[in-house]
Amino acid sequence: MTDKNHTIHSIKDLPSTHLLGTGTPMCAGCGALDAVHQIYDILGKKTVFVNAAGCMTLLSVYPFTPFRGSWLYTAMASAPAGAQGVRDALDILLQQKRIDQDEDLEVIVLTGDGAAYGMGLSATSGTMERKLDYIYICYDNEGYGNTGQQYSGATPHAARTSTSQGVSGFAGYKKNLFDIWAAHKPAYVATVIGADPLDLAKKIEKARSIEGPRMILVLSPCPTGWDYDPRETVNIGQLAVKTGVWPLKEYVDGEVVHTRIPRQRAPVEEYLKLQGRFAHLFKPQRNEALLAEIQAKVDAYWEKVPIQGK
Amino acid sequence: MKRTLLTGNGAAAWGARLAAVDYVPAFPITPQTEIIETLADWIDAGEMAGRLVTMESEHSMITAAGGAAATGVRVFSATSSQGLLYAMEMLYTVSGWRAPFVLVNVSRGLSSPITLEPDHNDILAARDSGFLQIHCASCQEVLDSTLMAYRLAEDERVRLPVIVNLDGFYLSFTREPVEIPDADAARQFVGSFDAENIRFRASAPESQAVAVLGGGPYSYFRYETHLAAMNGLAVYDEIADEFNECFGRKHEAVEAYKADDADYLFVMMGSFATKAREAVDRLREEGWVIGLVRPRLLRPLPAARLQQLLAGRKGVAVIDQNISMGMGGVLHSELASVLYGRNDAPPILASFIGGLGGRDISTEEFFEMAQAIRQAVESGQTPPPRLLYTQTELREVRKLQAIAQVERSTLST
Repeated sequence: MTDKNHTIHSIKDLPSTHLLGTGTPMCAGCGALDAVHQIYDILGKKTVFVNAAGCMTLLSVYPFTPFRGSWLYTAMASAPAGAQGVRDALDILLQQKRIDQDEDLEVIVLTGDGAAYGMGLSATSGTMERKLDYIYICYDNEGYGNTGQQYSGATPHAARTSTSQGVSGFAGYKKNLFDIWAAHKPAYVATVIGADPLDLAKKIEKARSIEGPRMILVLSPCPTGWDYDPRETVNIGQLAVKTGVWPLKEYVDGEVVHTRIPRQRAPVEEYLKLQGRFAHLFKPQRNEALLAEIQAKVDAYWEKVPIQGK
Repeated sequence: MKRTLLTGNGAAAWGARLAAVDYVPAFPITPQTEIIETLADWIDAGEMAGRLVTMESEHSMITAAGGAAATGVRVFSATSSQGLLYAMEMLYTVSGWRAPFVLVNVSRGLSSPITLEPDHNDILAARDSGFLQIHCASCQEVLDSTLMAYRLAEDERVRLPVIVNLDGFYLSFTREPVEIPDADAARQFVGSFDAENIRFRASAPESQAVAVLGGGPYSYFRYETHLAAMNGLAVYDEIADEFNECFGRKHEAVEAYKADDADYLFVMMGSFATKAREAVDRLREEGWVIGLVRPRLLRPLPAARLQQLLAGRKGVAVIDQNISMGMGGVLHSELASVLYGRNDAPPILASFIGGLGGRDISTEEFFEMAQAIRQAVESGQTPPPRLLYTQTELREVRKLQAIAQVERSTLST
């Protein structure tokens, strides 16, 4: 938290040195790893990543780590509580002058949607009510990805997962975690995606300059879980934004601001048809009713978004 | 040093205060709550340094405790019963971080049925977690053991979290005269926590608690933890001697009462052992040559000391205030495994289960148990495990059931 300045204005300002090591066991085309790379370039090595059980747990496998800073694996449900312990301990050490200010670390929780939308929500809520000074990053691949993509509270309506194989896919609806977080009035909430590096970088830089709970929700296209060619990760990520499926926005000082408003939203099916998890909406015949329902949900969301932004 | 009346909970809080803990992640649960209330009061009043944070669950509380200990501060926490079980995943997890801290558990019977009064199924569920365990029988022991537990946990040969256990109600809410050590003497005894390489600092990045792939590295870390726990035996004895030198009280890993010449022994843990102690006195008045052995340290298990204390006895009654469903008493099994195959092992090691959910164990029952082991010695037959329960108790439960039946039939007509 040494640099409080905002230095990222255009794509040219993005960090040119890349800090996260290569050779991790993540799947080819992993949208979460793509985002973590970009986030790490901005947050840097004066960080301790407190991790919850999920795909990213395999980033650090004894005795290797791609991180230049620190790491603590906790469990699935309580990474935010681990962050509480580490942050409080660092504050105590600073207060007692047992460490110098330059030994301080930014505490980052790194968790998947399985934990963030479900069993980790209570611990996450606790840190927000206690105004914990930390950054929370949820890479959201819309299912329990590390165990083979079973549906989770983050799974979108109609998606086929390994536990929703029926003709209509997942019967439930994606939980609105952004609003659940914002209802806690934390210091900052933002949605990001790896396919929009500038928007992501600006938000991470902003998060870094604020104190208190800073919550980042990263839509993370997942070639294995969403069933598409790994080369399509960026394309699918961009389509998630262009179709309006993944609104890029932030909550700060009690206001929600959309940082990208698609001028002309592409039809949702352009996003859906690239993914095997939605193939049953198109084959053997188009499921017009479901496609219309999904499109209507997206339209209804954007109708409520006031005209704003730059 | 001052002598005052303290509850077991108050004694635990004094232990944390005198150990000059930096951080207390907390969560309320009966009958432990008084501990964290006391610490919160002291911290709010400025009588005690340190920071207390109430978490949203015991699972989070133990995670925060481990996280803070892994960052290099001295941590204290307390829980009980369902709370300990709710935290169980993290007990196993943080012990593997080798981040030392002290957790006080106020024993209380486990659900179902949900209850408030004590037995040891909660603490014994944590037996294999990697936390070391000290079991107390008096409020003084609670305070002293908390100070000793920091030394044990933080010793470089150990580096494991320690649970100090006391029984709900019988100790937690019972006032006993307790000597509160002088703050400076206590601080000198406990010393300051040197986290060494267990910490997070910007200048020295550290990966802690990372995943492993395969049984090789996994076994390596698990064995390391076990061997560190085993180191705790010798370390504990050193600490007990030093504590005795500093404060004039010796808390051995295993307490023996009138055991030297005893033909028969009771073996019990926790505050209910004071009932056995009373029974030993009464039995001795009746001419019995009987004594009591009370393990204070359960993990690591002082096997050699127990073998030595039990060697050559005619008969031993192990009274478990816990029940492993489908097997019986946990302490009985542990002692059987410690004694098996030894020439000097007592021929009779009988199992009794009592005191569940705070149920009293009466002096008459101790007499009955003494009789049972004497008869077993005479017949050479170990009796089957006995579940202590009286006709009167059964009648009372039947009466409650009858009332419930009457109430139900009245409502349905």
